[in-house]
Amino acid sequence: MTTHQTHLLTVENVDKHFDISGGFLDQLAFKGGVHLEKTTVKAVNNVSLFVNKGETLSVVGESGCGKSTLARVILGLYRPNAGKVFYDGQRIDHLSHEQWLPYRRKMQMIFQDPYASLNPRKTVRQTLEEPLRFHNPKMTAQEAVDKVAYVMEQVGVDPGWIGRYPHEFSGGQRQRISIARGLILDPDFIVADEPVSALDVSIQAQILNLLMDLREKHDLTYLFITHDLSVVRHISSRVAVLYLGTVCELASANDLFESPRHPYTRALLSAIPKVGEKKAKHIKLKGEVPTPVNLPSGCVFHGRCVYARDRCRKEFPPLNELPNGSFVSCHGVEEGWDLN
Amino acid sequence: MSHLLEVRDLEVKFALRSGDITAIDGASFTLDPGERMGLVGESGAGKSVTGFAIINLISKPGFISRGSIHFEGNEISAYSPARMRRIRGNRISMIFQDPMMTLNPVYTIGFQMIETLQAHRNISKAQARAIALDKLQKVYIPSPEKRLSQYPHELSGGMRQRIIIAISLLADPAIIIADEPTTALDVTIQAEIMDLLQELCENEKMGLILITHDLGVVSQVTEKIAVMYAGKIIEYGPTETVVHHPVHPYTIGLIGSIPGTIEPGKDLKQIPGMMPTLTNIPPGCAFNPRCELAAEICTQKTPVLEEKQNGIMAACHMK
Ligand SMILES: Nc1ncnc2c1ncn2[C@@H]1O[C@H](COP(=O)(O)OP(=O)(O)O)[C@@H](O)[C@H]1O
Ligand SMILES: Nc1ncnc2c1ncn2[C@@H]1O[C@H](COP(=O)(O)OP(=O)(O)O)[C@@H](O)[C@H]1O
Ligand code: SF4
Ligand code: SF4
Ligand SMILES: [Mg+2]
Ligand SMILES: [Mg+2]
Repeated sequence: MTTHQTHLLTVENVDKHFDISGGFLDQLAFKGGVHLEKTTVKAVNNVSLFVNKGETLSVVGESGCGKSTLARVILGLYRPNAGKVFYDGQRIDHLSHEQWLPYRRKMQMIFQDPYASLNPRKTVRQTLEEPLRFHNPKMTAQEAVDKVAYVMEQVGVDPGWIGRYPHEFSGGQRQRISIARGLILDPDFIVADEPVSALDVSIQAQILNLLMDLREKHDLTYLFITHDLSVVRHISSRVAVLYLGTVCELASANDLFESPRHPYTRALLSAIPKVGEKKAKHIKLKGEVPTPVNLPSGCVFHGRCVYARDRCRKEFPPLNELPNGSFVSCHGVEEGWDLN
Repeated sequence: MSHLLEVRDLEVKFALRSGDITAIDGASFTLDPGERMGLVGESGAGKSVTGFAIINLISKPGFISRGSIHFEGNEISAYSPARMRRIRGNRISMIFQDPMMTLNPVYTIGFQMIETLQAHRNISKAQARAIALDKLQKVYIPSPEKRLSQYPHELSGGMRQRIIIAISLLADPAIIIADEPTTALDVTIQAEIMDLLQELCENEKMGLILITHDLGVVSQVTEKIAVMYAGKIIEYGPTETVVHHPVHPYTIGLIGSIPGTIEPGKDLKQIPGMMPTLTNIPPGCAFNPRCELAAEICTQKTPVLEEKQNGIMAACHMK
């Protein structure tokens, strides 16, 4: 997976850990002697994946599995503790603020909650014009106005509403405006973090259609983060399944949904309630999700996996490529155990 | 034959300074022992207000302005608050999306369960404890003894929701109203909670009103569905039939909007516009500005919920 020249984005063995020990006194612990104890949230652990130009790679997993943290590492908002991120063949994870600037316009982010991500005191015009003029100092006022109107039309917001504030729009309209903000600099790559999760289903459909439309029109590449597997199936070319900050499986959407290999992926898919289908027996998991503070040894899924053997508790399973091009991180799959 | 619960022509209004607004406009449905009904619709459609109305827990400035609620042979919509309290949490229990609406963070699970029991029944602490343990076992809580001495924050979201279900079972209710009980939970946990609710209905002959925006969940767990739009039930019928052969244009659009109902990558069917707010409900059929079948009559006359086909009731002039 090191042929990062051909991929638009490559993530290699990335770790992101947060130190939440607090102050000196909080760290004092007494366990057969006084010593300092660090508490670390291991949000992202040894993640590797790549995104091909023009595709939609979805990152899925349950809440707290590290999706948003991974997105922030990719966009340079967090520095990884280990590993590398490449964009278009260039390493970007260790760049300075100035060196990041050109990437800031090529790589954009859309958030789940347009209420929180749009500044309530800025009109649509200010929200859209400010980044435009900052990144294009030579642009004339008229060019800026035209560009804003064009992008507003693209996302289906009446350009006549340019002087309005976020609270004057509905949730769906607001999400269109944050998409417009994501598009205004003509990016190549968009990270969308749960962009439809807060929306009602009929509005969600409008926004998903819009995002798919824009991808085609503007040649965009998406990294799409969501916990909703029906959405994933609908929009993705490939999918990365995350569990406790670790990639379990990375496969084409078709392979993943038709023949999931990793035991966690299979449990997850079996739990999706499908419209119009009577309840199928879903695969029950043992125990509860551990916290990323006490990351299990070996395979992070072993405490919940009914197939776990000794090796799983001791050894971290590498992400191996299968003949069909999928990647799976599981000793059982690698060794051909009976996982049925 | 009379039903366990029969809601007829329920109307709920909110008295605002600018005048009364109608939040629930003539809702009618029934529930029998062991029956599971889904109340679905997008946010603001009136699902929660309907749920609260059944247990007469609508907060001011809301009030039931019309209609009847018949439960176990009695008209309960006119009960005094004191009398209603004996039904609430006793014969009819309600579960919410956020378990912390029911759980008190400063008391142990055991204390809260035992106190709830003793408030409703004249039993000893030891008896109450035994019942609490029994209910915790019914909802498959591992090491129930230990849970009794734990505080809510020591438990995961899924575990808390199980505790809530155990609490709602304490008085062996005839009906559970569950308002988005799994919306905040992950899918693997949601699937377990839904299994549990279904099993309890089957084993204990308990009626379930499952309020949710998720048609996937509803179609797996319930036997019938009422679809709400702008305060009205616009489609009502057996789940299987409604999901596969919906009649009302809104239901058709809603189902088409769900990714997974069509081939991946294809455009989802989208309903233009959005649901009106209560102060902006258009005359005639409230759905008319968004409806591709809308005709002149749709802006003039409000369609009533009536029998259409395959046992489905729908409120639409053109079907
Ligand atoms: N800034 C932070 N400081 C400490 N812990 C964090 C921080 N951001 C995220 N976490 C923790 O890291 C884990 C992964 O979080 P997140 O990436 O937000 O997950 P997801 O987006 O998949 O729900 C969680 O346990 C979360 O509490
Ligand atoms: N206390 C209140 N005052 C005024 N309007 C209210 C109040 N509570 C609910 N409503 C209105 O009643 C309608 C139905 O709300 P609700 O039943 O909560 O919707 P749902 O549960 O379907 O999302 C909404 O339009 C809401 O704004
Ligand atoms: S490595 Fe072992 S514990 Fe992990 S998923 Fe595979 S079989 Fe289960
Ligand atoms: S009554 Fe008219 S506007 Fe309403 S759903 Fe039927 S066809 Fe559409
Ligand atoms: Mg997140
Ligand atoms: Mg509600």
